[in-house]
Parts: sequence; structure tokens; C-alpha cells
Amino acid sequence: MNIYDFTGLTRSIHEGLSSSMSPLAVTVTEFVIIAFAFMIFFTILGLVLVYAERKICAFFQLRLGPMRVGKWGLAQTAADAVKLIFKEPMITKNADKFLFNLAPFIVIISTFMALGALPFAKGLHALDFDIGILYISAVSSIGVIGILIAGWSSDNKYSLIGAMRSGAQVVSYELSVGLSLLTIVVLAESLQFSEIIASQEAGWWIFRGHIPALIAFCVFMIAGTAETNRGPFDLAEAESELTAGFHTEYSGLKFAFFFLAEFVNMFIIAAIGATVFLGGWMPFHIGHWAGFNQIMDFIPPIVWFFGKTGFLIFLMMWFKWTFPRLRIDQLLTLEWKYLLPINLINILIMAFVVLMGWHF
Amino acid sequence: MGEAVKTVTNTPFEEQEYFINMGPQHPSTHGVLRLVLTLEGETIRKVEPHLGYIHRSIEKMCEKDGYKQIVHLTDRMDYLSAHINNEAVCLAVEQGMEVEIPERVKVIRTIIAELTRLASHQLWWGVMGMDLGAITTFLYGFRDREMINDIFEETCGARLTMNYNVPGGLMFDIHPNFVQRTKDFIAHFKKKLPEYDELLSGNIIFRKRTEGVGVLSKEDAISFGVTGPAGRASGFSCDLRKHAPYSAYDKVQFKEVLGTEGDSYARYKVRIQEMWESMAVIEQLIDNIPEGDFQAKTKAVIKLPKGEFYQKVETARGELGVYIISEGDKSPYRMKFRSPGFSNLSALDHMARGAKIADVVTIMSTLDLVIPDIDR
Repeated sequence: MNIYDFTGLTRSIHEGLSSSMSPLAVTVTEFVIIAFAFMIFFTILGLVLVYAERKICAFFQLRLGPMRVGKWGLAQTAADAVKLIFKEPMITKNADKFLFNLAPFIVIISTFMALGALPFAKGLHALDFDIGILYISAVSSIGVIGILIAGWSSDNKYSLIGAMRSGAQVVSYELSVGLSLLTIVVLAESLQFSEIIASQEAGWWIFRGHIPALIAFCVFMIAGTAETNRGPFDLAEAESELTAGFHTEYSGLKFAFFFLAEFVNMFIIAAIGATVFLGGWMPFHIGHWAGFNQIMDFIPPIVWFFGKTGFLIFLMMWFKWTFPRLRIDQLLTLEWKYLLPINLINILIMAFVVLMGWHF
Repeated sequence: MGEAVKTVTNTPFEEQEYFINMGPQHPSTHGVLRLVLTLEGETIRKVEPHLGYIHRSIEKMCEKDGYKQIVHLTDRMDYLSAHINNEAVCLAVEQGMEVEIPERVKVIRTIIAELTRLASHQLWWGVMGMDLGAITTFLYGFRDREMINDIFEETCGARLTMNYNVPGGLMFDIHPNFVQRTKDFIAHFKKKLPEYDELLSGNIIFRKRTEGVGVLSKEDAISFGVTGPAGRASGFSCDLRKHAPYSAYDKVQFKEVLGTEGDSYARYKVRIQEMWESMAVIEQLIDNIPEGDFQAKTKAVIKLPKGEFYQKVETARGELGVYIISEGDKSPYRMKFRSPGFSNLSALDHMARGAKIADVVTIMSTLDLVIPDIDR
């Protein structure tokens, strides 16, 4: 297991820097390195996810998807990114220019902040707060402010309706995401990501937490999809109703920011789901079967993490390309009349299960 | 009368109301229809359709063209039932010419009309899913429609606007492969149509989005003149293939599909069921195409006697009426089309009031509007 541990690598970088620089310079340098690494990761993630979505959606739709640029169209998203960078940034005449330009940055900053707290592998974890889950659900909901500002400032009624829908939707579904995560927090007895992962050494919570954990997982996937404005819940964009919703008036790089943020948000939701319910980078372990567990440990944690996250992302893409879109009142009914009560009762049951020690 | 007279003020907006323009360029109007929606929040207070963005004065152009030329203008109206439009004009002209149409022509016309109806309903099904946000259905619909288009292409060289009819018969005989390919298509589509139900009809979100949305009662359907599948979903028995049979429809057995609820889901169900009926009609005729000429003998320039001629047919969208007033010349004095889309659109405001923005898209989609048909 130790060969896959990133702790040694990060410690040697830290010690190497400390030997030649003052503590302040070391901190600043490390910040810059981490920020740079995340920017590169963000870009690659965006390109890969856009390509994956186009290919997966194509296979659902009896098509081939991008095939012309590069082998199997692998360079297609890179070509699109270059096109978006060189496109003219247009601003509508009566738009509030300051807010209009600010909005994409708020969205993308919130995405970055959430991305920073994710545990990718053992030791590969930029921020390990003791309130990790609380932090991540707090910063990931800042993005909706960007969407609201975008809709408000672009002087377009379609954008405004899209933004208002998005506001109502994210505020509602934030509750369900939080409560379903709380169900597992009751089990893991910690809000810190590293400890939640460590607590799943003997098996993932989705298997050990009985039916309440399964219900929480389903609720999390539904609410998580809704929170990213995707899939059957893409009311904020609602192509067939609101043309493009809140980003109707955006073009070029600013549009690309919204677009990228959507995909990376999907990754973040999938990663949280994978970490909390499916053990994050923890390999598949079954109780005390030492031999089996050892075989599983041969697969590197980073593969486990991206494998699980990728699987959840695939699920979310599957939703999106199969289901019709909900209507705004049905969306709110689903949250307030179904998911929220189910969730609250589920938490009580889970607390009872933990109290009686019935979980594995 | 004890009833107080309702005062109608001239202010178009109440407080808290605003309007948005849906169209002329909008993804779900499927053409250049402009709807002015008066909204209160997301709730529709009023829908005003504005027409004229694709008006090509087809009726006026008919007045200077010969009868053989007029046929080719009409497939630009409702381009998804191009063949049926052509057939309507041909039948009206043939009424005036008083020629005997060979049985072979009647049967081939009916088969192709039903294939056109199938293609139109397949496209509608795909687009309906897309309007509701399920984009995958669009490509499933197109997959099956492609086979019909290929059959058309082989027989008459065109895939959409076929120009296959001429007054007196058909442009040319069917391709030798036509019968076999049509049979292949029917066999293929009988397996694929249940897939449509699996993908969309049983989906809980789809059901919630369509059931009880845009309800049109039978009385309203009749008074708005809503015909076709949209009218039949409200229980208005208006299938002209049954009530005023033309071509070979009097020789085949098929059910007129009627709904009762009159909501969007009923309209959806009627169209799905109609696809089964269309296949039944084709199956009855495809093996029994009579031998004979594909065209009756007509003069090079057709002149209709002085008088009025009217022919109504059932297109994929409803009742299409062709009204010709002839002064005895080689072109009509006045030509009028009663298009199904125009009347169906008129009920939109009535159906959409009190619904949400998303419901307008659903209702428009289940009315299956083709904008060039409305504007002509």
C-alpha cells in the first residue's frame, strides 16, 4: 500500500523547499504550486468530461459522436476550447457590464474552492478541514449567486427566468444534499473527509449502512444532479423553453467558464458521492477477509477514486440523456414533499441504527 | 339578464404581469412562429400567436399558375405531409376534370400517404421528446424515418417534398423494389414502435409533464375547428379517411383512434396508436396493388370548367381543404387552402392559460404545428 502513498512525495517537496527558503516563502511557493496544479487539473478535467459526455450521449443516441479531429475525435474538445478563446466577447447593450463580467468568475471560483477540498488519494489532499463536508457544501452553493447575477445583469427575460429557476432549485436541493450527507456523517462520526474515508476501511458505507444508507445515496444522486443544474433538472438552461437560460447572452470565454463549471461541478458532486458513500480512494474491502483486501490494495487508490467518480458521472449522464425535463412546480414538489421528508425520517432511522449498533 | 356585463378595459397588462417573445427564432417553435406570452411569474396569462414570418402567398401564386404547376407549390405548405397535400390538390382538380383514375394510382397514393403519415408521426415523436428535454428520442425517431425517406427517394427521387402526384395520376410508376422495401420497413418498425413506448410513454416524468396539461374538451375542439389527432384525442370523431373516404380508403379496414381526456397525453397516445393503424392500412394494400396504368390520359394544359371544387383530405395534422373557384381558364380564379395547423394553433391560447411556460412547449408539441402550413 505504501508505494501508492503520496504522503512521502508531498513531505519531500515540503522538506526540500524548507531547506532553502524562509517559512513564509515556502508557504507562498506551495500555494502557487497547488493553485497551478489545480488549474491544470481543472482544464484537463473539463476537456475530458466534455469529450466523455459527447461520446456517451452519442452512444445513447445511436451516433458516433466527434470522430474527425484526431483519432476518434480526441482532439475535438481542445479544438472547441481554442475556438471559444478566440470568439468575440459580446455584451448586450443595456447589460450591467460590471456584474455581467463578474458572474462567470463567481461561478468558477466557487467550483475551484470546492475542488480544492477533495481527497484524490492517500496523501493527495490539498485541504483537509475537520469540517470538510460542511465547507464543500457551503462553497459549492456560492455558484448559484453567479448564476443569479448572470441572469439579472444580461438584460434578457429568458436569462432572468432561468436564473430565478436556478435560484429556487439550488436553494431547495441544497437541503437534500446536506441531509443525505449527514446520514453518513452519523455513521462515520466525523465531518472530515480523511476520517470518513478511514472509517470505511472495513467496507463502504453504502454496503454497511443498511437500507438507510442506500436511500441516502439515491436521494444524494437525485439532489446532486439537481444542484448541478443538469440532467432532468436542467431547468435553468431548459433549451426548449428558455433558449439557453441564464447564459443566453454569454459568448466566447465567459460562456466557456459557465460550461466548464457545469462539468466540473458534476465531477465534484460525483466525487463527494464516491467519497462519502463508496469509500473515496479506499479499495473495496470486505470486513476481515485479509487476503481479499490485500489483492484489492494492489489497485492504486487514485484509480479507485477516479473509477468510482467516473461511474457516478456516467450515471448522471445516463439520467440526462434518458429522462425528460421536470417542470418548475414538479421540481419543487419533488424536493419539498418527497425528498425532504424521506430524508428527515431516514436520518432518524439511521441515528437509531447507529445508537443500537445494528450497522456492520 | 341578471348577469353583470364584463367590462373589458384596454390595458393589456395587469400589475405583476410581463411578456416575453417566444420566437420568431426559438428552439421549440420549430419554425418562425412568434408567440407573445403574457406571464405572471412562470404562469401563462395569455398566448398571442403572431403569424406572417414565412408567408409566401402560395394561394395568390396559384392564381397565375397552371393546375399541374399548383401541385408542386403545395408540398411547401405542410412539408411533413407533402404527398398528402399534393394528393388533395390532385383530387380537387380531378373532380373538375371528370377523369377516371386508375385503381393502381389510388392504391399507390394511399400507401404513400400512409407512409408519409408514419414519417410525420415519427418525426413528431422525436421532436416531442426533445421539447420535453429528452433529446435521445429525436434520434430514435429519425432512425426509423430514414427508412421511409429512402423508400421515397428510390421511387420518386426526392425524400421530403416529393412531387409524386400529378392531376390524373402519378409522375411515374413505383420502383420495382418499392413493395419489398415497404414490407421490410413494416417488419422493422413493428419491432421498434414498442421501443418508443419503453423510452417515453411509461416514463414517470413524461407522464407528469403531459397528463392533465392543455386539456381541450370535445365542445372546444369542435368550436375551434381542431382536427386531426389533436381533435380526436378530445373525442371529436373527425377522421376524413373514415367519414369522407377518398383514394383507396374505402377498401381498407382500420380503426379511427379516439381519445377521451383531451390532454397532452391523450394526443400523444392517439398518434402512437395511429402509427399502428397506418401500418395496418399499408399491410392490407401492399400485396394487392392492381396492375394498370400509373396515369390517366390528360391534356397537356388542364382547363377546369366554370364552377367550384372542394376536396378535403386527412393529413398527418388534420383536415386539409382545397377550394378551387374556376372561371374556365387554365389557372384558378381563386384558390383557398383550409390548413389544419392554422385552426389547431387557434386553440393554443385557450389550452395554455393558467399553465406554466414549459407547458406551452408541451401543448405546441402535441398540436404538432408546422409553421409553413399555418402561414402558407
